[in-house]
Amino acid sequence: MKLRATSEDRVTQIVLIGLALAFLAFFLLLPLVAVFSEALAQGVGPFMDAVHTPDALAAIRLTLIIAAISVPLNVVFGIAASWAITKFQFPGKSLLITLIDLPFSVSPVVSGLIFVLLFGANGLIGPWLAAHDLKIIFAVPGIVLATVFITFPFVARELIPLMMEQGKDDEEAALSLGASGWQTFWHVTLPNIRWGLLYGVLLCNARAMGEFGAVSVVSGHIRGETNTMPLHVEILYNEYDFVGAFAVASLLALLALVTLVAKSVLEWRFDLHSGASH
Amino acid sequence: MISVRNITKRFGSYAALHGIDLDIEPGEFIALLGPSGSGKTTLLRIIAGLEFQDSGQVLFDGNDVSGLKVADRHVGFVFQQYALFRHMTVAENVAFGLQVKKRRDRPARAAIRDRAEELLRLVQLEGLGGRYPGQLSGGQRQRVALARALAIEPELLLLDEPFGALDAKVRKDLRRWLRDLHKQMGLTSIFVTHDQEEALELADRVVVMDHGKIEQVGTPEEIYMNPATPFVSHFVGETNRMAGQSGEVHFRPHDVDVVGEGGEAVLVDNVFRKGGVWRVEGALVETSLFVEIDLDAALPQPRPGETIRIVPRRSRLFNPEGGQA
Amino acid sequence: MTFKRQSILPGFGPSFGYTVLYLSLIVLIPLSAVFLKSSTSGWSHFWQAIRSPNVVAAYRLSFGASLAAGLISVALGFLIAWVLVRYSFPGKRVVSALVDLPFALPTAVAGIALTSLYAPNGWIGQFLEPMGIKVAFTSLGITIALVFIGLPFVVRSVEPVLADLGKDVEEAAATLGATRYQTFARVILPAIGPALLTGFAMAFARGVGEYGSVIFISGNMPGKTEIAPLLIVTQLEQYAYAGATAIATVMMLASFSVLLLINWIQAVSRQRMGA
Repeated sequence: MKLRATSEDRVTQIVLIGLALAFLAFFLLLPLVAVFSEALAQGVGPFMDAVHTPDALAAIRLTLIIAAISVPLNVVFGIAASWAITKFQFPGKSLLITLIDLPFSVSPVVSGLIFVLLFGANGLIGPWLAAHDLKIIFAVPGIVLATVFITFPFVARELIPLMMEQGKDDEEAALSLGASGWQTFWHVTLPNIRWGLLYGVLLCNARAMGEFGAVSVVSGHIRGETNTMPLHVEILYNEYDFVGAFAVASLLALLALVTLVAKSVLEWRFDLHSGASH
Repeated sequence: MISVRNITKRFGSYAALHGIDLDIEPGEFIALLGPSGSGKTTLLRIIAGLEFQDSGQVLFDGNDVSGLKVADRHVGFVFQQYALFRHMTVAENVAFGLQVKKRRDRPARAAIRDRAEELLRLVQLEGLGGRYPGQLSGGQRQRVALARALAIEPELLLLDEPFGALDAKVRKDLRRWLRDLHKQMGLTSIFVTHDQEEALELADRVVVMDHGKIEQVGTPEEIYMNPATPFVSHFVGETNRMAGQSGEVHFRPHDVDVVGEGGEAVLVDNVFRKGGVWRVEGALVETSLFVEIDLDAALPQPRPGETIRIVPRRSRLFNPEGGQA
Repeated sequence: MTFKRQSILPGFGPSFGYTVLYLSLIVLIPLSAVFLKSSTSGWSHFWQAIRSPNVVAAYRLSFGASLAAGLISVALGFLIAWVLVRYSFPGKRVVSALVDLPFALPTAVAGIALTSLYAPNGWIGQFLEPMGIKVAFTSLGITIALVFIGLPFVVRSVEPVLADLGKDVEEAAATLGATRYQTFARVILPAIGPALLTGFAMAFARGVGEYGSVIFISGNMPGKTEIAPLLIVTQLEQYAYAGATAIATVMMLASFSVLLLINWIQAVSRQRMGA
C-alpha cells in the first residue's frame, strides 16, 4: 500500500488527468492548430503572398504603431499608479484599484462605443472636431484611444500585487542612505519589479495588437488606412478568402504563442504569481 | 497498548527511520523528543496512518493496523498549524468527526450538538461555537483542534508539535492545561516536540530520537540524570564537557562544587544572576572549552577575569564510541 | 487631517495626481459619456430601444449563452485546476501555459478558428452534422466559443485557493474518519466555493460582452443568433447613437453588478476565513 493517506488512487488520478487533458485539447488546442493548418492549407506560397499584400502590410504596420504608442503610455501609468498605491496610505485606495479594473469588465464593443459618443460625428465633441478638421473616430487617433482604454489595467494589475508584496523597506533604506527619489526608483524599485513589469508589458502588448471589438467600432474599416491586423482578418474572412484570413491570423497566433512561452519562462525562472491577478 | 516493531521508512534515498521499536502503556503520556530531522514526526504519522512504513509493524492492542486506513484507526490527531476547517464554525469543526460517521453509527443531530458543546466546555471555549476559526487567537484555535480530535472518542491521541506556532506565554499556559486534561481523561497520548523543557514537564516517559534512531527511552528524571549517550546528555538539559582519561566527561552546570585547590581551573568571563544562582560563563584554562556553571547566589559573586577551581559532583564518562564508560 | 499618512517616500503628489488624471481622461470621462447620452435622449426613447423584440432576443441569447458557458467553464475549470495543482505529469508546464491561450490569442483569430472547426465541413462539424447536431451558426456554437473564453478565468481563480488549502486540512478530515468523498464534498469544495463563484462571475461578465470570438460562429440571424454587442454595432453603423447607448447601458449595468458581486463575495469570505 504505497498510497498517501490523502490522495486519490492511481487509477482515479490517471482518469482525471486524462479527462482534463482531453477537454483542454478539445477546447483550446484544437482551435490553435486549426489556425495554422488552414493558413498553410494551400502551401507556403499562397501563405506568403497573403501576408505580403499591400493591405496586409499596411495592417501590420498600423498594428505595430498602435502597440508602440499604447503600451508605453500604459506602462508609465501602471508604474505611477502602483507607486502611489503601494508605497503610500490614503483613503479610497480600494476604490481606486476597482476603478483601474473597470476596462476589464466592460464589453469591447462598449469600449469603442464610448469614444464614438464622445468624438463621433454626432458625439459630444464631434461638431467641434469637425469644425477644426480633426478626425478621431474613423482615424488612427481613435484606434489608439480605444486600445489604450482596453489595455489600461494590464501593467498596473501586474505591478500592484507585486509591489505590495515587496513593501517599502528597500526604498526607505535607500532614502535613509541619502538617495534622491528618482535614484531610489531607478536603482532600487525598478530592478525589483522588472520581471513583473516585463510580464505586464507582454500581456498589454498582446492585447493591444489583438484587440478586435473596440477597434472595429471606432476604425471605420478603411482598408489600407484604419485596418489593424484583426480587422483585416475579418475582412478577408467575410470575403471568403480563407487562406488569406488564416494567414494573417496565424501571425497573430504566433505572437500569442511567443507571449505564452515568454510568460512561462518568466514564471518559472522568477517565480511570479501565476494567474492570481487575472 | 500501542507497539511499534522494527519500523523503517525511507524518503527516496534519505532514511528517516531505522528500525524503531517502542511500547506504550495504556494511559501513558509519551513525548517524542529530538531535533529537526530526527524522524519523530515521521514516526508519529506512521502510527496515525498518515504515512506508511517501508517495513515493520504498528500494533494496537496486539493487532497489526498497518493495513488500516487512517480513517479506520480511530486516532485523534492535532496538527501543528491546527488544520481547522476555515469555512466551518467552531462548533461545526468539533462536530465534524461525528457528522461523517456511517449512517448506522451516526448519533442524532441533537446528540451531536450536545456533544460538541460538552467538548467546547471541556476545552474552556464555551459560547464560542458560532465563531469562525479566523476570528480566534492561536491558543483558542489549538484548543478547538483538540476538542475536534477528542470528539470521535479516540483510543490514542497524537499531537504534532501542538504548541510550536504559539507565543511563549500561551505555550506555557497550554502546556499546563494539557497536562491537567490528560490527568483528567487518562487517554494514551503521544506528542512530538523539539523543546526538551516541554517534554520533561509533560511526559510520563520521554523517547529521545536522533537521525532516525531512538537514543534513549525513560522517565524525565532518568533522561536528565542518567543520559545514556552523549547526544542525550547534550540535548536534554545543559551540559558541560571536559576531557577525561578515557573519553569525555559530561556534567550539569549545577552539579559543581567550588574548591580552593585541585579540580579544574576556570577563567571567568561573564557572571549574571539567574533565579537563585550565579550563572558563571567561562573557559577551562587547560583546554579553553566553554563551560557554564551555576553557583548558589548566597556565595560571593565571582568576578570576570578571576580564576576559580571546580570539581564536578556528578558526572558521566562517555568513551570515544559514545557509550558509557 | 492630511489626505495621506506621513511617509518619507517622495513622489506621492505627482504619481497620484497623474494616476487620477490619466484615469479620468481615459476611463472615467468616456464611460460617463454613455450614461450622459442615455439620460439626454430621454426615458421613453431608452425604454423603446431596449424593448424591441430583436434586442430582447439578443439579451436572452447573450445572457443565456454566457450562463450556460459559465457553468460548463466552472465544471471543466475546476477539473483542470485540480489536476494542475494536485497531480504531476510530464508536460504539466506546457499544459499550464496552454490554459492562458484565450487571454493571449486575439478574439478574431479565435472566432474564425472556432467557426472553421464547427462548420459543416470542419474538423469537428463533419462528425456532428450527420448526427443532426448543428453547432456553427447556432446558440450551441456561441456557447462553445464562450467556454473557450471563460475557461481560463475559472482555472486561474481556483488554482491559488486550491494550492493554498494545505495538505493538513485533508489529513485532519481523514483522521476524523471522513472518506475521500466526504473530505472532498465537506472540506475541499466549500473552501474553494468563493473562488469558483468569482471565476464563474468573471467568465459570465466576459461572455456577455464578448464580440470577436463569437461574431463569426453566431451567424447573426436577427431574432435568433444575434448577440447583444452586435446590435450595438449595427445601431452605430446607422448613427443611431441613442439606441446603441441604451443597449450598452443595460449591458454595462449587468457588468458592474457582477463586479460588485465579486467584490462582495471576496469581502465576505475574507471576513469569515480571517485575514
